[in-house]
Parts: sequence; C-alpha cells; structure tokens
Amino acid sequence: MARDRGPAVGPRLTLSAEEQGMLAGERGEAVAMVMRLVVAVARANGAPRLLPVASVHVDGCLYHGRAGLDFAERLVELGGSVAVRTTLNVGSLDLLHPGLVRAEGELATGGRRLMDAYVALGCESTWSCAPYQLSHRPGTGSHVAWAESNAIAFVNSVLGARTDRYGDFLDIAAALTGRVPDAGLHRDEHRRAELVLDCSPLPRPLLDDDTAWAALGALLGEVAGTRVAALTGLPGDLADGGTTEDRLKGLGATAASAGGVALFHVVGVTPEAPDLASVADPDTPVHRVGVDALRAARDRLTTAATDEGRLDAVSLGTPHFSVSEFAALARAVGEGPPFAAGVDVYVSTSRAVLAEATRLGYVAPVAAAGARVLTDTCTYVTPVLSPGVRTVMTNSGKWAWYAPGNLGIDTVLGSLADCVASARAGKVVRDDALWW
Amino acid sequence: MTRSGGDGAASSRTGRTLAGGDAVGPVLRLDEPVSFWGGVDASGAVIDVHHPQHGQSLAGTVLVMTEGRGSSSATAVLAEQIRSGAAPAALVLGSCDTILLIGALVAAELYGVRMPVVEVDPADLDRIGPGTVRVYADDDTGRALVQPVDDPPSNSRSNPPGNPPGNPPADPDTPEEPR
Repeated sequence: MARDRGPAVGPRLTLSAEEQGMLAGERGEAVAMVMRLVVAVARANGAPRLLPVASVHVDGCLYHGRAGLDFAERLVELGGSVAVRTTLNVGSLDLLHPGLVRAEGELATGGRRLMDAYVALGCESTWSCAPYQLSHRPGTGSHVAWAESNAIAFVNSVLGARTDRYGDFLDIAAALTGRVPDAGLHRDEHRRAELVLDCSPLPRPLLDDDTAWAALGALLGEVAGTRVAALTGLPGDLADGGTTEDRLKGLGATAASAGGVALFHVVGVTPEAPDLASVADPDTPVHRVGVDALRAARDRLTTAATDEGRLDAVSLGTPHFSVSEFAALARAVGEGPPFAAGVDVYVSTSRAVLAEATRLGYVAPVAAAGARVLTDTCTYVTPVLSPGVRTVMTNSGKWAWYAPGNLGIDTVLGSLADCVASARAGKVVRDDALWW
Repeated sequence: MTRSGGDGAASSRTGRTLAGGDAVGPVLRLDEPVSFWGGVDASGAVIDVHHPQHGQSLAGTVLVMTEGRGSSSATAVLAEQIRSGAAPAALVLGSCDTILLIGALVAAELYGVRMPVVEVDPADLDRIGPGTVRVYADDDTGRALVQPVDDPPSNSRSNPPGNPPGNPPADPDTPEEPR
C-alpha cells in the first residue's frame, strides 16, 4: 500500500488566532474565501506559517475570460476590501485614451468590468506593470506579494524587498488577507545565488547600448531558467537618476520572459549583494559571458529579416516607460525631423509617469515628433497595432520575446537611438558598430 | 484495456492531494509540460505548435504531466476551462504546481466543480494508465489515489456542474467545505 507522502492538511502549517478567525469568517465571507486559497497554497508548499505583507501588486485585472471576472465580482459582492496598499497591473483597455485600443465585444465589456471590480475592492488605479516607478517602492527586506513577472524580478532584485511568484487570484487573496505562505523567495535560503554570470569580458562601451541589457536578460533567462543568479563585472549605481534602474528593469523583464527569473543579484549594485560572498557560496558555478554569446542572445530577439529594411511600427515602453526614459527619448527626438508617415510609434507608460513627464516637458517633443502615448495597458496584450503591421522595432527584450507569438508580427530589437532613427527613416536603421 | 493486476501494468498509485475531488477519465500523458496560457485554447486543444501533442484535446482527460509550464495567467485560463467544461477531468502532476492548483481551487469556490489535482512520485507517472482511471483526492487526509477502472462511465467527470452529488462512482468524500 501506499507510502505516506504526508498529509496536505497537516500539522506543519500553524495559523495564528487572527488567521484562524479569517478562515472562520470573522472578517467577512470574501476574506474567508480567499484565506482558503492562501492556506491551501501554504499547505501545498509546505510553509510552516503565514507572513504579513506590507503591500500587494495585482495582475488579475487583465481580462482572460469569464472566470477571472466572476471571481473579482464575487469578492466585491461579498464586501471584500484590501487590507494593505494594493496597486494594479495593466488592464485590457486604455481608459485615458479610449480610441487607441481596438477592443470590442467581450474584451471591451468584460475588460472594463474587471478593471472596475478591482477598483471597487480598494486597489489603486495605477494600471501599470512598473508600479515601482514613482510611487510603490517597498523597502529592502520588507515582505510583499507582487504579481507580474517583471515587477516580481524588480522588487526582489533592485529594491531588495521579498516576494515569491504570485499570479492571478493569489495576488488579490494576499491583498484581502494581508498574508502569504512563508515559502519560496520570502525565505533567506532561497535567495542565494545558484550560479554566477561573470560579465567582466563585456566591453564597457557595449554596455552603454540599451540592447546589451535586453540581450543580457535573454541570456540570463536561458542560462538560469528559474534559478537565482548573481551577475558580476557590471557597472551601475542605483542613485544615478534612473539609468541603472531602467537597465535593470529591461534586463529583469527579459530574463523573466526568456526564463522564469524572479530574483537576480548584481554584485556591487543591488541591495543584497554588496559583494559576491554575501549572495553566493565559494563553489557556486561560474558562467562567463562574452560578446559572442551576448550578440547571439540579441539576435534571437530579432525575428525579421533586417536587411529588407521594412518597418511598420515602433513600440517602446515594455515594461512601462519611466520618467528618465521619457527624458532620453525627448533628447533623442530633439529638434529633429518628425517620424515617417508610414511608421506608427507607440510609447506605453503609466498615467503617473505620463503626468510627471508631461510636467517636466518631456512629452511635448515626443508627441510633436508623431509618437502616440498609451497608458493603462500595453501594445502586446491588447489590440493596438493596426492590422496591416508586419514588422515592429522595439528596444524592449520582453516585447520582442512575446509579440511574435501574441501578435503574429516580426520584431527587430534596436537601441532607443536606433528606434528613433528608424522611425524617422521609415525603415530599419541599426548602428551595429559596438557589436562587431 | 489493461485490468488492474493484469501483467502488473495497471495498478493503483497513491499521492498527495493538492486540490480535492473525485473524477474519472481516460489517461493522457503529456510528453512535455504545456502552458495553459497560450498553449491550450478555449476548447481544451493544445495549440502550442512546438508541443509534440499539438492538436490533441485535453478536455475530460486525466492529464498526467511532470509539471506545469509558463505564465501565471494559466491560473485564470484553467479556471475558465473548468467553468466551460473544456478542462481536463483531473490533473496528476510529478511536482506541486501552485499556478494550476489555484485555478482548480477558484473554480471549486465559484462553480462547485471540484477538479482533483494530485502530486505523485515522478517515477510513478509512467505507471498511470493507459486506459481509464479514477482520481480520488481527499482534502481531509491529504491522501490521493489514482486507480484503474474497468468500465469507464459515459461522462468523463464524476461531478459535472449541475449534477447532484452521489452520481456513480459514489463519492466517499466528506461534504465540501462551506462557501
């Protein structure tokens, strides 16, 4: 007969009196319902206890069908309300610029109802995959429950807060209960590096090209999979006004897409890794990253035959554009010629960053050049690009990873400067001097 | 079909309950993990062109796979398939997958359809099926049982939405948790 694999409802998980009360309905039926989810996951993962979280970022507000809507509306109906600060990821619609998304039928009505339901639960209308830009920045060492793979990688790695990989339903469950299982990346032992990527062979000038960081993210994802990695030999200063954050945002988003990376350490740069010994044992395997490997990773993010030069659109801002990226784009467009008539240029961002970048004068020149700014959603998760679009240039490794499958288009990865030059020329222009 | 005890090919396997339920269906063993988001369509067919079982329907099967794969949005997609009847009858996994587990738990909360999700020793995955099996996953004890059945019922799920409890095979489970 059976070997006993240990009960799922077992003695290992201990709940506090308050948590038992939540399960028993003392904080209402909505909390009881989602507490059942938190407890079931804690038991499945073998967590000894639950942890309180300081904040939550919810990804369940993007419409995937009726069940997601039924769940959110049930919680509203049962009187649910978030117990901790909770921000919202992108939805299926741009509520500020309704003409930009071509959503109809179920996606339009269901997508809108879903967004409304999460707001009714007390979540903030941030509608951004980069809530860490401007306002939602948990402190180093604090426990949080974040969903959306790029936000998970950023909050763990760059801010040094602690979240496991949360997704639809468990994210709002954590928000209503304020609890998560004490498991995974909440625990010290799971935050140590299992491999080291030695990036010291890469020439410094190459690392001034934003595509190098996207390529490095792809390489990290492919090499590490879901493991924690430490990267050595990289420049960076998190107090430099945004450049390092923007680079690590792009690196982490691509690594989370190409692999399943939820935490990486950049030695000498990110908060948990003042030195290699802080995050890795001496016998941790080291993988050297040279220019050839990085170029190959970069080239895998381009699916179009670039020598043909055809270009229909440019997509920037995946994850959402930051204020410093708007500043860089404003500088790049400068007083130069506008974008070519045949190239649609989109910049995806949050409404908070749009307001701040507008106040600082970065948006006017970008709009004058012909770019369209999309908020609340993103160009690869909902219908925005014109149906005739075939080839799209982007400086985002994450966009380049997902868009061919999601949208059926070809991508060209290029730097921000390449994207601007190509949009003006009406065809693909890339400065490859640094790469050869 | 292989009978229990015949040649030792099909015998009962035990495991751990991740989500409770009781279901019967034909075994479908996946050669590779599949992502329910982007890899399986609304009817339950595998649409990932890179997957060796591309085109095959997962609906109503006892799906045996080593692990889940891919996006956390798979949770919502699985819950939606359980709602619409396009989901597998049960999941038998070689390792715990909370993304799929939550999809099953939410569908149970919302629609009262309890799709069993069980974890077995990875070495046992090859010993499940072929043919029809019953997956019985008990919430209270945490034990799960995957056993061959001789006569597959006409419906693949023992507790379809709208059916009263107690349809064959008889449900020995304790009453569902209050909701």
